[in-house]
Amino acid sequence: MKNLIDLEKKINSELTTKINKTKIKHNQIYIEIDKEDLIDVLLFVKTNKDTKFRQLIDITVVDYPEELQRFKIVYLLLSHEFNQRMILSYFINEKEVISSITSIFPSANWMEREVFDMYGVNFKDHPDLRRILTDYGFEGHPLRKDFPLTGHIESRYSEEQKKVINEPVKLEQNYRNFDYESPWEGTKYIKEQVNTDDKKN
Amino acid sequence: MTKKIKNLNLNFGPQHPAAHGVLRLILELDGEVVEKADPHIGLLHRGTEKLIENKTYMQAVPYFDRLDYVAPMNQEHAFALAIEKILGIDVPIRAQFIRVMFCEIGRILSHILNVTTQALDVGALTPSLWGFEERETLMTFYERASGSRLHANYFRAGGVHQDLPVGLERDITKFCETFPKVINDLENLLTDNRIFKQRNVDIGIVTKEDALDYSFSGVMIRGSGVPWDLRKSQPYDCYEQLEFKIPIGKNGDCYDRYLCRIEEMKESVSIIKQCLAKMEKGPIKTFDGKISPPSKKEIKQSMEALIHHFKLFTEGYRVPEDEIYTAVEAPKGEFGVYLISDGSSKPYKCKIRAPGFSHLQSMDYLIKGHMLADVPAVLGSLDIVFGEVDR
Repeated sequence: MKNLIDLEKKINSELTTKINKTKIKHNQIYIEIDKEDLIDVLLFVKTNKDTKFRQLIDITVVDYPEELQRFKIVYLLLSHEFNQRMILSYFINEKEVISSITSIFPSANWMEREVFDMYGVNFKDHPDLRRILTDYGFEGHPLRKDFPLTGHIESRYSEEQKKVINEPVKLEQNYRNFDYESPWEGTKYIKEQVNTDDKKN
Repeated sequence: MTKKIKNLNLNFGPQHPAAHGVLRLILELDGEVVEKADPHIGLLHRGTEKLIENKTYMQAVPYFDRLDYVAPMNQEHAFALAIEKILGIDVPIRAQFIRVMFCEIGRILSHILNVTTQALDVGALTPSLWGFEERETLMTFYERASGSRLHANYFRAGGVHQDLPVGLERDITKFCETFPKVINDLENLLTDNRIFKQRNVDIGIVTKEDALDYSFSGVMIRGSGVPWDLRKSQPYDCYEQLEFKIPIGKNGDCYDRYLCRIEEMKESVSIIKQCLAKMEKGPIKTFDGKISPPSKKEIKQSMEALIHHFKLFTEGYRVPEDEIYTAVEAPKGEFGVYLISDGSSKPYKCKIRAPGFSHLQSMDYLIKGHMLADVPAVLGSLDIVFGEVDR
């Protein structure tokens, strides 16, 4: 389909119950689905002659720690033939296991490994689910919102033990996150003075 | 009597000059033939995405220089475009030409490095000596515009940081006159070179189908004969106003990819020339005081400008709630930024899509059945830079 609106209609009519929400913005189509329908929807958009989303650009996760369905899994797809981009997404709980799409897109292999490494989302039927970017023996999932920016361990070379050792992070000064977004109200003692002055007058 | 033969496991890297950075490649060898390759990456992981989530939009720009550090401004471009699309601001035409010109300079920087180091990997020393001299000239242009040879931090949402200094346009024009001769010299050394061809022709062949399946982009997909370039198919900034050709390969081997890169450099020179010719005097960033900081002169005279300056460099500008994916044609392929803003002055999520990540992933598929000596040749033609692979 040359036109995004036609594409939206097509997808909605062909996959009716499997699509929760569609939206067109920034010249891209955003689709929300359920976790169970992932494989069906991906196979459809990849092979159908009117969609031909042949290339998986990336897989990523957005973390909303205060929500019940904490993770939003996002698949970015590209159709060379029709020059269109699709953003496919669904929400899952922290403990849920999702199906791997390596059988549909071989390039999903490392992308899913990265998602597993960074967010701790588990994939079923993945051929080789290991950590990818973090160090050997690393613990935790760094891109979760509740993982501290400074991390938990720091490494240094120990002269006594003659090897690199890991220790808990010790900072001379804590990471300071200033809240600039609060409107300026003046310092407290000046306010109090003004208030007492007002009362006097 | 039968003898049991075991496959040999070989550690290639992490400190190997032909690994183009910190790549640990575990190869399973049967004699000299590679049976399996397992790249271990992440030795240069710095948590860029996590850091960006904790910085304002303006403070996040320098992290993009440090991804693919041989073509820094191309990455900044993707981030700037993402913010501009969400904010819905227009970029002045002069700023667009400046940005495109520096992106093409970045492309030449990256391609020179790749072509000459690929030659170095297969045994030719001279091209890198000649090529690096030109890179040095180009980096001086970076320095004159941004103040820094490598980590430019030059692009902003809504334009560029500052205007080009006097005389830079003239010097870049001069460079465009002399540089094609250097490309010719490099070609004389390599294109018909018997050894270079023996090491690259029919090595690491990628078919059209596989190029799509493995999420290839940039030269990796064009080398296999797919005419796909984001500058043409999804033009951004002023690429629509420029004329250039997209070189594509035929066989999808290392040699075709080398040829594509050489041709792309020639096209880039032509794009730079067109940019310089079409560039007129004018503003170089948006006038919106809520997004781009005021000039020093204004700060001295106007209270409002001073407040804007203070707020921009402490709180930073706020970006309304939205979700967007923008991609640019970086020298190595499709470089994308998936940005989620939540209405505050810091990105809620910023996923960086690096082309090298998916290219390196296919190492096992590319190298299977090749000889050990082909590993550096294939790795060289993938154009891997670990800044962007590991992020």
